[in-house]
Amino acid sequence: MSIAESEARLLSTEHTGDIAGSRMREAFRQLRRNPVAILGAALITLFVVVAVFAPWLAPHSPTAGDLSQITLSHVPGPSAEHPLGLDTQGRDELSRIIYGARASLLIGVVSLSLGALVGMLIGALAGGLGGWVDSLLMRLMDIMLAVPGLLFAIAVAAVLQPSLRSVMIAIAVVNVPVFARLLRASMIGQRHSDYVLAARSIGVRRWRIIVGHVLPNSLAPVIVQGTLSLATAIIDAAGLAFLGLGSADPSVPEWGRMLADTQQYLQSAPQLALFPGLAIVVSVLGFNLLGDALREALDPKLRR
Amino acid sequence: MLKFVVRRLLLLVPILVGLSILVFAWVRALPGGPEAALLGERATPERVAQVRHEFGLDRPLYEQYASYIGKVVQGDFGQSIKTTRPVLDDIQTKFPATIELALAALLFAVLLGIPLGFLAARRYQTWVDNSSLVGSLLGISVPVFFLAYLLKYVFAVKLNWLPSTGRLDAIRDVAHPTGFYTLDAVLTRDWGAFTDAVRHLVLPGIALGTIPLAIVTRITRAAVLEVTNEDYVRTAEAKGLTRRVVNGRHVLRNAMLPVATVVGLQTGLLLSGAVLTEIVFAWPGMGSWLYEATFNRDFPVLEGGILFLAVVFVLVNLLVDISYGVLDPRIRLQGR
Repeated sequence: MSIAESEARLLSTEHTGDIAGSRMREAFRQLRRNPVAILGAALITLFVVVAVFAPWLAPHSPTAGDLSQITLSHVPGPSAEHPLGLDTQGRDELSRIIYGARASLLIGVVSLSLGALVGMLIGALAGGLGGWVDSLLMRLMDIMLAVPGLLFAIAVAAVLQPSLRSVMIAIAVVNVPVFARLLRASMIGQRHSDYVLAARSIGVRRWRIIVGHVLPNSLAPVIVQGTLSLATAIIDAAGLAFLGLGSADPSVPEWGRMLADTQQYLQSAPQLALFPGLAIVVSVLGFNLLGDALREALDPKLRR
Repeated sequence: MLKFVVRRLLLLVPILVGLSILVFAWVRALPGGPEAALLGERATPERVAQVRHEFGLDRPLYEQYASYIGKVVQGDFGQSIKTTRPVLDDIQTKFPATIELALAALLFAVLLGIPLGFLAARRYQTWVDNSSLVGSLLGISVPVFFLAYLLKYVFAVKLNWLPSTGRLDAIRDVAHPTGFYTLDAVLTRDWGAFTDAVRHLVLPGIALGTIPLAIVTRITRAAVLEVTNEDYVRTAEAKGLTRRVVNGRHVLRNAMLPVATVVGLQTGLLLSGAVLTEIVFAWPGMGSWLYEATFNRDFPVLEGGILFLAVVFVLVNLLVDISYGVLDPRIRLQGR
């Protein structure tokens, strides 16, 4: 593409998505060659498949237990019928871990989407309008950021009735200021770029510049943060469940609670803490690997 | 510089006022008040009303808030509804416990993370570098409480090398002038207590320090890589300075700026992680204290404790910003 051509494209309001679009395509090409990204994507796929197809994959019911085999000092370990053994209520551990992926995935996706949506709306308003709107919204975000993430989530979850929905809301609230500040900063960074100046000079309307030019080009850091925030959301959800702030129904399989329930059995049945812990690590690692590779692909400064 | 500090301190006022309102509203939004936690579900309405009156919970909200803030400004945080101990007294014993744990975690992260990150950058794109990358991504993917369990199981339950509950052996009877048990032991020259306190710090410190370790390693690596390409490093090498001098004086010193910032920003993470770590290791700090208070609906403890932590958190962030200016004079000039 000649310089004149590319300038023409930059100026044309019909093709504004292309600057952002071509960067995405280039990033995607890079990702496919990056072993870290492939491993991350593979772990995420595994996690999603297990969550979605849990009823077909689980060998037993995750809620029906056989208490007759359980005593305080003995919980049956792995056997042919129960590959990961039974939990302290006599339920099949493997099936509970498989079903536990559902709660994790659901909480992660819903809380992130909700938090990112609200946060980006606030960020776009602040970054786009500037002035007192910007100051007011950002001070509000500062106050929210003044409380460390998990503590904030604990606070929100404690007020609501214990349920998976409360966990989602709590984690979404924590995500709001993160995305608001990120999108705002990214948009302000774009404000003085040449293509915005060019668009302004030919008389493109302000909201059109914001929506058509600035916003699409500000999304790269938001996408990276989204992937990493999913990882944090899963860990925080597990933390809330560990503290007893998850679902009100103890038979609902949640990895964090499964870990908490085994505290008294650490000596006699350590596998009950090991497997749900590993499940959390594997799913979180997937998003962290992909997020890291994405950051490298989308930020040319990190490339060497 | 002074102007910058004063301006930042003034900005604290609206943030703290907003926070105090939020915390106050939050505590009262918790389902069930302290009377339910104190009296149980079968208390008579008269008794409930009496308890609510005793704690002033039957007054209008704005009145409650005004009298609370009036006392807080004078340094009176009230007393715990559950234990009737003054909140400030509890903060004096719980806060050093959490800080001692956080410092142990930070020490672990920095002492291991900076050399690891430096090594990874110097062996850029070799197996050393790659394994440090995978290791640090793994480090931030392990939930604190799971790591705490693993450490507890392996080193306390199986190998029985290290203690896994509390800050000192229960039989030990020592004075605690500062509340920092390691420092107390040094001050009283009780070396047995010192070793004991340090041994109690090891497992929770590692559990809490692993995520900061991963972050410090990565930031050090990135910062060293960036500095290595600077002209002044090439000049120093061209002058024929030894590797050691270049690494120490030119590379590391300049790479420390982002590292210092990131270390400061870990405060929030350490406080969050402390709740989970303190619960697993029965560590008597702010985290487990506030966690219990949430269940007891102990309003004064929650209000005082959270406000106190928020002030600390905001002040540490301010200190980080100031140290930024001290470490890099260019930023100071820009601020004018």
